[in-house]
Amino acid sequence: MTTNTRADRAWVATRKGLFELRRQGEAWDVHRVSFLADPVSMLLPPQADGRMLAALNLGHFGVKLHASDDEGASWTEVAAPAYPPQPEGAEGPAWTLQQLWSLEAGHAPGTVWAGTLPGGLFRSADFGRSWSLVDSLWSRPERLGWFGGGYDAPGIHSICPHPERPGEVLIGISCGGVWVTRDDGATWSLQADGMRAAYMPPEGAGDPNIQDPHRIVRCPSAPDVLWAQHHNGIWRSGDNAQSWQELAAPWSTFGFAVAVHPGDPDRAWFAPGQADQCRIPPDAALAVHMTGDGGGSFEVVREGLPQQHAYDLVYRHGLAVADDGDHLLMASTTGNLWSSGNGGRGWREVSHTLPPVYAVRFG
Amino acid sequence: MPQIAFTPHLRRFLDVPEVTSRAGTLRAALDDAFARNPQLRGYLLDDQGRLRPNMVVFVDGRRSADRVALADPLRPDSRVYVLQALSGG
Repeated sequence: MTTNTRADRAWVATRKGLFELRRQGEAWDVHRVSFLADPVSMLLPPQADGRMLAALNLGHFGVKLHASDDEGASWTEVAAPAYPPQPEGAEGPAWTLQQLWSLEAGHAPGTVWAGTLPGGLFRSADFGRSWSLVDSLWSRPERLGWFGGGYDAPGIHSICPHPERPGEVLIGISCGGVWVTRDDGATWSLQADGMRAAYMPPEGAGDPNIQDPHRIVRCPSAPDVLWAQHHNGIWRSGDNAQSWQELAAPWSTFGFAVAVHPGDPDRAWFAPGQADQCRIPPDAALAVHMTGDGGGSFEVVREGLPQQHAYDLVYRHGLAVADDGDHLLMASTTGNLWSSGNGGRGWREVSHTLPPVYAVRFG
Repeated sequence: MPQIAFTPHLRRFLDVPEVTSRAGTLRAALDDAFARNPQLRGYLLDDQGRLRPNMVVFVDGRRSADRVALADPLRPDSRVYVLQALSGG
């Protein structure tokens, strides 16, 4: 929990490398490229001591993890999380690491949580040098009810440690709902009540265990407030995931990404897509949904964003806000990257020639 | 003794010189290679010790079909090539 989320540096994980960006004034430039030509599925930005992690998915050669002690100047391959031997006859997806999809620092120094496809949560106490599967979650019988969303296997894409309570962590799973531990991973509770799955038969729509929250973020200054971009809607919780309330956006509620203002729990941004079956910006015109009143109303922001023939999709981790709440970055599957310096009210192009972008993070 | 050669694509990530092994099976020969370079294991095998889906092994010109046990017998003069399937964009 010591991430130094400076607002003048950001990291863009792409299909063909990790790009470090620096900002001067409102101008962002590529400062360095690491792992050129290799897919980087996720990163953990530099912590206060300069240590950071980058997760690669090399395809033929599998998932790899690299660590840096000098803020990305040099890298060393470290052990990637590995699943234990699969018991004969075990149901569910193969116990094989398919992707590192989320990385977050824990409270204790050196603690890192890693969310994966096919749905296992891993934990490291030595900043990624070694990992152990969180068996208390993997062993839950409900896990066999999870299924893939976007990928064939279920995956953990969101990890939200509670900033004030060590031992409390919330995770989001596509498609496996929202799970919370309050005892440092010893036990878990399913907390997706109020979410609704339009892709299920009516009798199963309210089942919390098969919800598909595409992305969940927690407000650092008001940690009881959580925002979720779900497969078929936008939800908000004001009671630390005890309950979730669906919100109506004016244009489209389909999308993947969400970001919440670090100091204002009522302010959040979304990157809407047209629909599940039409994964482009609505009417091929890119916009950002912004609310400043807890989702009571939404503003559709188009300034600086392409309004004709835009087929960009912003993935789950493709929208980020800096600690200052003013600077945002948004990047797409077609290699476009936009920045905002005024809290998302207007955007400007940083690049239109990057590789497809998987994740953007400040820090 | 059997010789094992690896795809040059691996050289981007690892040092992969040819390995000479006294092993009598493909699995044992790969284990010899992993003993010399433990990092190599994760590049060729998945968490459960199976050959990764897009890797392919040829033993004396024949494609190995056993991706789980890797039990292909090796002769003293066997040549093993560990290669990658072509894919991507």
